[in-house]
Amino acid sequence: MGEIIVRADDVSKVYTMGEQRVEALKAVSLEVETGDFVAIMGASGSGKSTFMNILGCLDTPTSGSYWLQGANVRGLQKRDLAAVRNQKIGFVFQGFNLLARTTALENVELPLIYGRVPAAARKERSLAALALFGLSDRAGHTGNQLSGGQQQRVAIARALVNDPAIILADEPTGNLDSITSVEIMSIFQRLNRQGSTIIMVTHEPEIAAFTKRNVVFRDGRILSDTVVVDQLDAEQAGGGSD
Amino acid sequence: MIELLLSLKIAVRALRTNKMRSFLTMLGIIIGIAAVIAMVAIGSGASKIISEQIASIGSNILLVLPGSRTSGGIRLGHGSTPTLTYDDAKAISVECPAVALAAPIVRGGAPVVYGNMNWTTAVMGITPEYLAVRDWPVIEGRNLVQSDVDGATKNCLIGKTVADTLFGSEDPLGKIIRIKKLPFTVVGIMDRKGRSPQGSDQDDIVFVPLRTGQRKLFGSEYPNSVGSIMIQAKSEQDLDRAEEQVTALLNQRHRIGPSREADFTVRNLTELLDVAEQSSKAMSLLLGAVASISLIVGGIGIMNIMLVSVTERTREIGIRMAIGATERDILLQFLTEAVLLTLIGGIIGMLLGVGGAKLVSVIFDWPTLISVQAIAIAFCFSGAVGIFFGFYPARKAASLNPIEALRYE
Repeated sequence: MGEIIVRADDVSKVYTMGEQRVEALKAVSLEVETGDFVAIMGASGSGKSTFMNILGCLDTPTSGSYWLQGANVRGLQKRDLAAVRNQKIGFVFQGFNLLARTTALENVELPLIYGRVPAAARKERSLAALALFGLSDRAGHTGNQLSGGQQQRVAIARALVNDPAIILADEPTGNLDSITSVEIMSIFQRLNRQGSTIIMVTHEPEIAAFTKRNVVFRDGRILSDTVVVDQLDAEQAGGGSD
Repeated sequence: MIELLLSLKIAVRALRTNKMRSFLTMLGIIIGIAAVIAMVAIGSGASKIISEQIASIGSNILLVLPGSRTSGGIRLGHGSTPTLTYDDAKAISVECPAVALAAPIVRGGAPVVYGNMNWTTAVMGITPEYLAVRDWPVIEGRNLVQSDVDGATKNCLIGKTVADTLFGSEDPLGKIIRIKKLPFTVVGIMDRKGRSPQGSDQDDIVFVPLRTGQRKLFGSEYPNSVGSIMIQAKSEQDLDRAEEQVTALLNQRHRIGPSREADFTVRNLTELLDVAEQSSKAMSLLLGAVASISLIVGGIGIMNIMLVSVTERTREIGIRMAIGATERDILLQFLTEAVLLTLIGGIIGMLLGVGGAKLVSVIFDWPTLISVQAIAIAFCFSGAVGIFFGFYPARKAASLNPIEALRYE
């Protein structure tokens, strides 16, 4: 595969809640190369969410360092972290997290707005991203006029519109039925085949089976890191039917 | 600039999604601004009337009135004794250095006839000084001059009301009118003066030369007496000195000593009106202050709603931050929203305030004065209220932790 795009070195995260110190992450190291498709798994409280937050530059490690595309993220100011999130990371959330009462197009435009992209280019790129997921005719619809699958596809379009280095998906199929879940996984697989690096949190082994690599967390440490031998093809599983 | 436009767009949308709430939030500002503008307009309308009245009397004026007389143990009021004379007036203007002009007056009411029209009006016997003191020009024809007074001519000046009533569209100049059956030639028409501080029509008047008035119209047992003397001091600072000098001079001329009560009174007219003006200014200040309090209450309402709004939209803030909004972006967004609320409220309030002031002036026949300055200040103030009361909620939004904000249900 390609170069190393994500490199976490002995990343620890300690929360202090009053008197209590909680070690959410204990010296976790992980490398992800471009073009990889990683599922991060584990029970709740295993540290996987904390790790994702650090990968997503929403949180900073207590110790250890994190390189994204060769740049050390540790020690960056809030302002710069916001810029990194904007330019290099595409987020897909469990609850879709589209803005209410806002059209699909405007949702997709958001990262470009904060990236200070001029209006004309912004619209063009957003429409192109929507078209990529068959949502051209839904551009003017607001979140509550869209199905769950459509909402998640809008969210994916939003994550991709800035052409990020990695896509971070936090339980992207958590709120979807199994058929729609497979549909969404087929989209991720397609993106991955086209070269996108995807890191996804999930607690469902069936969903993890569609990825290339499974990393299991437990008690703030990586329990196992295995390559998926026979990756399921979501399109064959019925996801590419639409 | 682009940032500002964008946050404006976001703010407009946020306000539109909660129309009723936005309106109710604005209501505080609307009422506040409307109240400030209407109150200031009403208050300054009142001050304007008073200062116009002061101007209509003339500036730096003292009035000398004849004193009272005791008759059968009853003290009669001012003017009951004709103690002041034309010579007093002449002496005052010559001997009192702080006095610019002294204008003796006799007055009375008389029927005035022209052709088949008649009208009962005030007739005043004056010297040329009077119109100078009152700052009251003749707009057509000529003024009365000293030779009219000395020669007791039968020339007269008429006020606008008299001119309109007696002559209608006819030109009064050179026409003969009869005052108490005596023929007078109209030599001039006075400029319109409007209402007096007491509300009477000052233009309903005929001026005749002082001596003519004394001898032919209001003949009394004291032919040289005058009803009052109006005095103009050289400047506002000279008013008090003028009062002292006039009092001293008249005391001497009338031989007033410690054992004898003065038979005249000197009144400072401007001072009285100044007091009235001061109190009306204090009144409008008070009205403005009360109205400003409602503006502050409105601002607190905005802060309250903005805080609720920030809490409600925690998740939205989290999404925006995850996608790359900086703290500044979020701060600007909420601040814009608050300022937009107050500015829209300010504009509506301004229209209501101006409308309200107009309504008051129509319904209650109360003059109102809407100053551009007051409007500009109110507008800026509403913006400032938005920034001041919007900053804390916006700051709160911007300092949210994105992880917690995203998790917020």
